[in-house]
Amino acid sequence: MGTSVFYVVAALSIFFSLMVIFSKNPVHSVLYLIVTFFTFTVHYVLLNAQFLAVVNFIVYMGAIMVLFLFVLMLLNLNKENEPSKSNLIKVVGIIAGCCLVVTLIGSFKATTLSNPLVLQNPDLGLVKNLGKELFGPFMLPFELSSILLLTAMVGAVLLTKKEKV
Amino acid sequence: MDISFVIEKFILVAIIFGISLLIAMYSTYAERKVAAFLQDRLGPDRAGPFGILQPLADGVKMFMKEEIVPANSSKWLFMVGPGLAMLTACIGTAVIPWGSPVTIGGRIIPLQVTDINVGILYIFGVVSLGVYGVMIGGWASNNKYSLLSAIRAASQNISYEIAMGLSIIALLLVTGTMSLKEITEQQHGWHWNVLYQPVGFILFMVCAFAETNRAPFDLPECETELIGGYHTEYSSMKLGFYLFAEYINMFVSSAVMATLYFGGYNYPGMDTMAVWLGPTWAPLFGTAVFFFKIFAFIFFFMWVRWTIPRFRYDQLMHLGWKMLIPLAIANIIVTGLVIAYIEKF
Repeated sequence: MGTSVFYVVAALSIFFSLMVIFSKNPVHSVLYLIVTFFTFTVHYVLLNAQFLAVVNFIVYMGAIMVLFLFVLMLLNLNKENEPSKSNLIKVVGIIAGCCLVVTLIGSFKATTLSNPLVLQNPDLGLVKNLGKELFGPFMLPFELSSILLLTAMVGAVLLTKKEKV
Repeated sequence: MDISFVIEKFILVAIIFGISLLIAMYSTYAERKVAAFLQDRLGPDRAGPFGILQPLADGVKMFMKEEIVPANSSKWLFMVGPGLAMLTACIGTAVIPWGSPVTIGGRIIPLQVTDINVGILYIFGVVSLGVYGVMIGGWASNNKYSLLSAIRAASQNISYEIAMGLSIIALLLVTGTMSLKEITEQQHGWHWNVLYQPVGFILFMVCAFAETNRAPFDLPECETELIGGYHTEYSSMKLGFYLFAEYINMFVSSAVMATLYFGGYNYPGMDTMAVWLGPTWAPLFGTAVFFFKIFAFIFFFMWVRWTIPRFRYDQLMHLGWKMLIPLAIANIIVTGLVIAYIEKF
């Protein structure tokens, strides 16, 4: 049952990612991206990584995408005020796209199917085990990155403070 | 997965869903009655005895009103907005433990839909998702005022989510688990978390007021100064969904506060009552106590609404970013130090 659910969810992920690119309205793109992230959350649940699933849910769907939506709604981009692209930009875009395709084909040709990674502990994704791992061997990088994030937040508050004249 | 398990969960979900809707419905009535009481008036008293049928009359009115969809709005998103608001309000109840397991006919039934070990984070995720209903509705209306109101509401919700998350971290330091079931069981016998985390509780409660858009944080829909907020273009039952979602949110956040800080379904003298009432009725009595706590919180929500005037927008942001967040961080540090001290000595 797990595999069939995976295929359904994977197909949905690909479908909604494509919709992100193909929808004309940027706000619709962001909404499709939110749905795409939701399918990723389902993938994490299927992989028994509950913590990662719920963090993906909170951080990507609940926080980052809200800010994306925020900016796009304020900008209110639509067809009328979209600047017309010159031919030069179109040609450059085509060349860049072709380069990307060549690179991707090359890298896919070079890869071989790796042996499937077998986790020693299938419950690694549960909060308890993940926490032990993060606060054990990865203590220093974890603490440093959390301090970095906290600093960014404090910095944001500080920026809004009025300077005393 | 046997079929009786599915049926059992289905019945439980249906009951919880029904109860949430019923409580939200009668919260609208209670709100008007409480307002009337606080302002020395009578309140609604025409429909039925004591006006008890007033919510039904309001519901019928909402359904019967003409439905207007603005000409240049995005039709689909205009519909998705209120639906999403309702959905995110309802799914939060899935992880709340409503009572200890009940034994009915030799079968032990847990009064919780699912006990995931990231329960608190799930609630937090649902709360953070709630903002989409407002934003999508405001944007899809294709009205400048709706858009500005939606953005105002969204920035309020995002700001207070941070302080809420930080106040939960201090609670997690005390409990050591994220499962709401385990947190409730730890509070058995007067070990209520509010006694260990008083500052955390106040922070959480203030943020809960802001997240549910209740007074004094009801800037998203302050009718008197602004023209209505993100739901300006909405009419009929779509408007009803937005208003109704607020009451469900209030119920769910009351339930979460009672679970996290006020012992959930635990009450003094629980063990003697358990012997006295037997395995079927004792857990149900605990559930009744839990609902009593929830109603007390809902009354508190209403009491505050008719007591404290609304914040100005800059005051709101000042409170959220410059007072609640530093206080929450200080609370985490102090809690951590105290726990480290206790463990060492």
